[in-house]
Amino acid sequence: MNKSRGILEQVDSFRWRLGQDYSDCMRVPGIIYASERMLAHINEENVLSQVANVACLPGIAGQSLAMPDVHWGYGFPIGGVAAMRLKDGVISPGGVGFDINCGVRLLTTHLDFAVLQPKIEALMNELYASIPSGLGVSGKIHLDDREIDHVLEGGSRWAVERGFGRPEDLACTEESGQFSGPGAGHVSRLAKDRGANQLGTLGSGNHFVEIAAVDEIYAPDIARVMGIERPGQVVVWIHTGSRGLGHQVADDYIKIMLQATAKYGINVPDRQLACCPVNSPEGKDYLAAMRSAANYAWANRQVITHWTREAFVKTLDTELDSLGLELMWDVAHNIAKLETHVWEGRKTQLCVHRKGATRAFPAHHPDLPPKYAAVGQPVLIPGDMGRFSFVMVGTQKAMAESFGSTCHGAGRLKSRIAAKKTVNGRDFAASLARRGIIVRAGSLSGIAEEASSAYKDISEVIEVAQGAGLSDKVAKTRPLGVIKG
Amino acid sequence: MPTGYKLLEHTADIGLVARGESPGEVFASAARGMFAIMTDLRKVRLRQSVALSITEPNLETLLFEWLNRLLYYFDTNGMLLRGFEVELAGCARLTAVCQGEIYDPKRHVIKTGIKAATFHKLSVQCDTGTARVIFDV
Repeated sequence: MNKSRGILEQVDSFRWRLGQDYSDCMRVPGIIYASERMLAHINEENVLSQVANVACLPGIAGQSLAMPDVHWGYGFPIGGVAAMRLKDGVISPGGVGFDINCGVRLLTTHLDFAVLQPKIEALMNELYASIPSGLGVSGKIHLDDREIDHVLEGGSRWAVERGFGRPEDLACTEESGQFSGPGAGHVSRLAKDRGANQLGTLGSGNHFVEIAAVDEIYAPDIARVMGIERPGQVVVWIHTGSRGLGHQVADDYIKIMLQATAKYGINVPDRQLACCPVNSPEGKDYLAAMRSAANYAWANRQVITHWTREAFVKTLDTELDSLGLELMWDVAHNIAKLETHVWEGRKTQLCVHRKGATRAFPAHHPDLPPKYAAVGQPVLIPGDMGRFSFVMVGTQKAMAESFGSTCHGAGRLKSRIAAKKTVNGRDFAASLARRGIIVRAGSLSGIAEEASSAYKDISEVIEVAQGAGLSDKVAKTRPLGVIKG
Repeated sequence: MPTGYKLLEHTADIGLVARGESPGEVFASAARGMFAIMTDLRKVRLRQSVALSITEPNLETLLFEWLNRLLYYFDTNGMLLRGFEVELAGCARLTAVCQGEIYDPKRHVIKTGIKAATFHKLSVQCDTGTARVIFDV
């Protein structure tokens, strides 16, 4: 084909190449996964310069990648993936973001929507009452200094040991919900202060708990392994991260990295990309702190999972076993990880940054639990609150091409200011209600910012991920009720 | 040049340009703008104060840390701040007294949550009395 569209060269229907001549400092080309229709928006934004900036980082392997939901971020684009060689590569807190281990989990139930429908409003009220959400909200758990260290080192395991969830939840969480190795000592006093009262809180922005129903199943055999049996089946999406603790860790280490960038003689085109060699003392310290914050995020989603189960049991007045509410999977979509990939023909450990991107490991990958060994890792991709969300599965193609990564959501289309100019929060909530979607939120302004029209159509993003082979569709869900922060 | 701030559009996030007649005023405008993104400042009374001092290697890092430290006070104490007296000693040290009150969900409106001030496109220009910052929301 070799058609060009502006500065991008078309590789095939879903891949566009950003040549190294785009900017002087690029060490590798960029690859943008997009349909031709999506390109217009990508060209308008600062996405290309951000993809190019990431390509300037030392030790980057292969290409600077932009997943199909890519949009303008700060430092890395959101939807950016970059793998760094350990011998000469860098780690950048800007490649992880402030919300360390922001991620998504999905619970499956034995319930059909028809059974839940008469009680869904009561369920949403119960969930809204039991899961603290919104800005500046303190949670129901207070962690003293000793206990916060246990959370930072134990992650989901800490939560399960304290009664928040089931032991089997751990196997269905990326990294089993716990990065091992000491880390709490690398987390600052300020970060621990911010984390003391926020465990088990949803936060604001695009974070949510959503009750949804299975709408369509594309791969029944794989879906069954994941606990999705039939259309109409109720599932629960949970999307949140490491809250203020993670934000503070990022804040602390970006400042450390700015000094390290100068110390190691690294030039970065954007200070938000401040970085240092992966194997330097500063790099190891950041990795330890980031892993601790990631553990906090997993504990956070685990605690919220427990309260979600309690809300179902209370509202439906039945036993948990009859409801299911099993954890299908939990993904981290803002993270840096040391992973083994086949690189230049050899198994090599790389530091893979996923900034708004989802790991998508294929069947038989050694990091998968036995349950998913034969089918591949579930990939959880929530859409906006008025439209569909998707379950996909990891592929060999992703492993070979995108360091086992795919998209993480719909991707924003409009700024928050523009969204509020065109959408009134109350009207949007009312339009959702007319379509049978119940919304509980602390902020009408927040709802307006998160309206469907502010996002790309997720179906288009999914088609690109599928078309490029980065992940395969398993099932689609539609929202019934949403709690927004 | 008027003191104040103007919001900047960004696809995923939000930013602002702050103005002031002195570097201290620029920093105060940026802080006021940040809290105005989070809440309706007209409903925030000046009931409590927070004093802080920050030392950083340069003016840009000082602005980054100043705004993130204020978010720390909001996260840990629920402080919504509206009044700022900021003094800068050179380009590396800031002292400030900030006034506001603790967030009360019955009286305060929550607009947009801010996770952090970022370094992306961050600038402080003393000659024109302006600063630019983009927040992660």
